[in-house]
Amino acid sequence: MPLLDDLKQPLTEGELERRRFLGLLGSGALGIAAVGTGITTIKYLEPNVFFEEEARFAVGRPEDIAVGTVLVLARQKVYVVRSEEGFYALSAVCTHLGCVTRFERERGGFFCPCHGSQFRLDGAVREGPAPRPLQRLEMRVQRGLLVVDARKAAEPDAVLRVT
Amino acid sequence: MGAIARALTRNRVWRSIVRHGFPDSNRNRSLTVFSNLFLHIHPVKVRQRAISFTRTFYLGGLSAACFFVLTVTGVLLMFYYRPAVPHAYEDMKDLEYVVSAGMFLRNLHRWAAHAMVALVFLHMALTFFRGAYRPPREFNWVVGVFLFLITILLSYTGYLLPWDQLAYWAVTVGTNMANATPLVGEKIKLLLLGGHAIDANALLRFYVLHCVLLPLLMVIGVAIHVWRIRKDGGIYLPPDQRDQGGSR
Repeated sequence: MPLLDDLKQPLTEGELERRRFLGLLGSGALGIAAVGTGITTIKYLEPNVFFEEEARFAVGRPEDIAVGTVLVLARQKVYVVRSEEGFYALSAVCTHLGCVTRFERERGGFFCPCHGSQFRLDGAVREGPAPRPLQRLEMRVQRGLLVVDARKAAEPDAVLRVT
Repeated sequence: MGAIARALTRNRVWRSIVRHGFPDSNRNRSLTVFSNLFLHIHPVKVRQRAISFTRTFYLGGLSAACFFVLTVTGVLLMFYYRPAVPHAYEDMKDLEYVVSAGMFLRNLHRWAAHAMVALVFLHMALTFFRGAYRPPREFNWVVGVFLFLITILLSYTGYLLPWDQLAYWAVTVGTNMANATPLVGEKIKLLLLGGHAIDANALLRFYVLHCVLLPLLMVIGVAIHVWRIRKDGGIYLPPDQRDQGGSR
């Protein structure tokens, strides 16, 4: 292997060109490897399996739930309400900064302990910093059971009528 | 005393570690700083008026001292604390009520953390109001901004670890703020929490960030910061207090 001192100086144009090319090749390969490592690391940090509550779940048979009932499904963070018109499901997560609201029967609404937002039974904001009503969730009847899909948002006034 | 000192230092072992004489001459004082890994980020000489208390109020040094206290107490706390859902809260309680000096160490960690945030902020404010961020110190100001961010993030990640109601909801709120970032918000929240809500993954992630990743970044950042003070001409002095003709 030639020492640096043995190298012919100055370099010819062709040798310089080759040097630049090899340099580019080397840093290009390193760059690709770095990007690959970055993407792989982010992928690694993103879990493939979530040990969390099922987003889709059955609540019960609609005929067992009386008008005026508010079901508090604490694990799924969902309220299921039966009003005069029908059923609707509300996410219990406050639309302000994501704390879980509390249902208070005697005060007739949902209350967020973090920053004092208050919601009416239909989910509308009564007071506090919450910018939007509680999110209504998709709900339907399957094989005679009320099924909520907490991942799917429903229209703000969505009501499931059961005859 | 002199005889003992001579006996200790005039032998091969001592001379293999310390290669210069007593720091009683300017040459040996310089060598003391040059040849020591920990001292060499400091300048060999500083002006007396640059290290007067009211010049800096020692805010940077006190921030670093807090970080040192936090590292020592933090490592000690790690011997009892397990970042897992069934243990975290109880380990924290054990540290408070069962472990010898546990309450003292935990509170020392907590108060040093509060003090560090305040001191870093004051350090930044003083640097700003004295105009010490101006050239040639602009880059060191930028490094300082990152150090401030790391301080805040250390504070924030440590907040979840007691695993009580306050921790849980504070981090719920914080990660939902991250969620509001345009385009990448949801991804950032998912990567931070390792899930859609705060659970075992989030606790472990915050623990790793708090105990390994962020302190590592902090040490590297502080090393650059302190080294740059020297390279940028030492502690900032207003123009009328600098030496005539000198760049410092």
